[in-house]
Amino acid sequence: MAIHSPTNPLWWNERIGKQELIWILVAFVWGLIMFFAMIYWHIAGEQNLSNESYRIDPEVYAERVENFTTTYQVREEGDTGIPVVHPPAGSDIYMIARLWEWYPILELEKDKTYRLHLSSQDWQHGFSLQPSNINIQVHPGYELVMTITPDKAGQYSVICNEFCGIGHHNMLGRIYVTD
Amino acid sequence: MNAQTQFRTCPKTGLKVDLAAEKLIKANAVVAIVFLAIGGLFGLLVALTRWPAVHLLSDELFYLALTAHGADVLLFWILFFEMALLYFCSAVLLNSRLAMPKLGWVGFWLMIVGAVIANIAVLQGNSSVMFTSYVPMQAAPHFYLGLILFAVGALIGCILFFATLVIAKEEKTYEGSVPLVTFAAVTAAIIAVFTIVSGAIILVPTWLWSLGIIQHIDPLIYKLIWWGMGHSSQQINVSAQVAVWYAIAAMVLGAKPLSEKVSRLAFLMYILFLQLACAHHLLVEPGLSSEWKIFNTSYAMYLAVLGSMIHGMTVPGAIEAAQRRKGYTNGIFEWLRKAPWDNPAFAGMFISLVLFGFLGGISGVMMGTEQLNIITHNTLYVPGHFHGTVVAGTTLAFMAITYPVLELIFQKELMFPKMARWQPYVFGLGVAGISLFMMGAGTLGVARRHWDITFADATLSFEYPPMALAMLGLNGLAAIMAAAGGVMFIVVAVGTVFFGKSLKETSEVQATPEGVAAVSSYGSETELQLPGTVVLISVFFIAFVLYYFINWKYLATVWPMS
Repeated sequence: MAIHSPTNPLWWNERIGKQELIWILVAFVWGLIMFFAMIYWHIAGEQNLSNESYRIDPEVYAERVENFTTTYQVREEGDTGIPVVHPPAGSDIYMIARLWEWYPILELEKDKTYRLHLSSQDWQHGFSLQPSNINIQVHPGYELVMTITPDKAGQYSVICNEFCGIGHHNMLGRIYVTD
Repeated sequence: MNAQTQFRTCPKTGLKVDLAAEKLIKANAVVAIVFLAIGGLFGLLVALTRWPAVHLLSDELFYLALTAHGADVLLFWILFFEMALLYFCSAVLLNSRLAMPKLGWVGFWLMIVGAVIANIAVLQGNSSVMFTSYVPMQAAPHFYLGLILFAVGALIGCILFFATLVIAKEEKTYEGSVPLVTFAAVTAAIIAVFTIVSGAIILVPTWLWSLGIIQHIDPLIYKLIWWGMGHSSQQINVSAQVAVWYAIAAMVLGAKPLSEKVSRLAFLMYILFLQLACAHHLLVEPGLSSEWKIFNTSYAMYLAVLGSMIHGMTVPGAIEAAQRRKGYTNGIFEWLRKAPWDNPAFAGMFISLVLFGFLGGISGVMMGTEQLNIITHNTLYVPGHFHGTVVAGTTLAFMAITYPVLELIFQKELMFPKMARWQPYVFGLGVAGISLFMMGAGTLGVARRHWDITFADATLSFEYPPMALAMLGLNGLAAIMAAAGGVMFIVVAVGTVFFGKSLKETSEVQATPEGVAAVSSYGSETELQLPGTVVLISVFFIAFVLYYFINWKYLATVWPMS
């Protein structure tokens, strides 16, 4: 029994049953398939997280976001005072996470490709784009640069899904995708 | 042999039990159950707050309760119980005296003091940093100090475990190799040392940082090392819980592993291939390469997953073999139908096995895939997954082994046997619901660790699909059911420990489980067909493959990015 010492002291010489062997082989091959699936998706898939990132001083990043915002601001969102930014298609676009907002609101064009920069000014935050359901961790001091191609028009929300203190559940941002 | 060591002989199993080890096992198990009760209550409060129609706690209390829930059940309940298991698997199963029992009490009290300090820090309200306490968010210094003291205490328990193995070997208290269950405990304890060292490397500087002695801690490095503790400790739980599965199958049915070699190798894989499983938590972080992520998240090509998949076959296989030897040979599933489903140890063990595989296992591999993590990271899918592993798997398995432990170690007759009989079903169904409904809400994008998913007070507005809100309502109902199962467990356990009829007087030697002699000689050298197990693992495998590819289809629908 499993709670007693093996009855056969030379247990390592026992033959392995056929059913066990087949299962081990199936599970091992399945593991290899899952391993190569990740590599395959880097070659053939369209959804991969960028490997481009830089260390950056949070204050420097905040300045860049502010410059970007004043350059391309087109209006304010309702009476909230939050700037809405419409950058040229194909350009570098910026978003900053901080207690407790995603700044600024972006207006993008459908099927155009942008280089999205993401970083945090203070604590860790979670970039959760809904309803598309893209989730990326955002760190202070690290700037992630990724290429995105919004392929459906509509109003998207950016939710914070990394706990960041008492205002966490009110931290909402927005991205518009226009036709 | 140490002259001061006192033993008793267990009338049921014939094992020689060191009374000093027995006391430590009792103390650790009782304290574990106290933390299960506290942490479980916090969990219920969290679930009732997530239920939009109830929304019980205020935002501050919700984040406080969530932090306390994680620490009390994931850390304190499980580790106290694992200390009891380590002492049981070394001293008791090997007929040995326990090494340095006094030091064992030092470790025990360090763990208690640490756990109490951490709880005080959380309840004071300025340490609601969640179980993970990601920097630069800062808790009160004594929050980290409590965790450090607790970890040191646990490390002492591991050292005693290894020392006891050495004593047992030197004093020849057993013949041949250690039992499989003890071997499993060895893997758990080795991983525990790795885990605790990782914890010390990151928590000690973080503590100094909270005191203002260190200026800066890099948030990414923090996560990398913190999860060296956080994820590896889940591998301790898996080892311990699989050990419990084998132990219960042996104690209740006399089941013998199909092949000692295969089962031991599967445990060994946990040690060899889990090291940088912290990658599972870093798949959508900046600053780490895809190559690093792919290699480590797959445990070096899924070899640790292979270990679990092997146990997923050999545990039911051992049970089927034992049952067939007893004559339950009709059809494919007579052995399973005629299994002792009214024995809470067996029922809890088998439900734990099934739920761990189908809910916790499959979902864990899916979201641990580099790209698939994009659609699950930090959504409610994550707690959905680990309630399938740590609650439906580990906690239910630990509850199941408590029933025989109450008889063998506490030597008490089980109180409320009818309640005990239903307990694994009530708890298992409740936890299955918690796991499934949170995974459902997570698939719809709902954020974890979030007080108000209706965003009622936010400047901007957003609504999750109505189905997501319904899922969280169902999650609340399932949590109530699981809590009922938890209360039943605690009532039976505490009632039995303090008010149960002592079995010491009625010490007539009882027969070992029916048919043990017949099955204990069975190994794979005499090939036995196990059609039931083959069907079970085929169903599991098909579910696994389908679910895995469905999620790639889902990923393909989100915005292209690179």
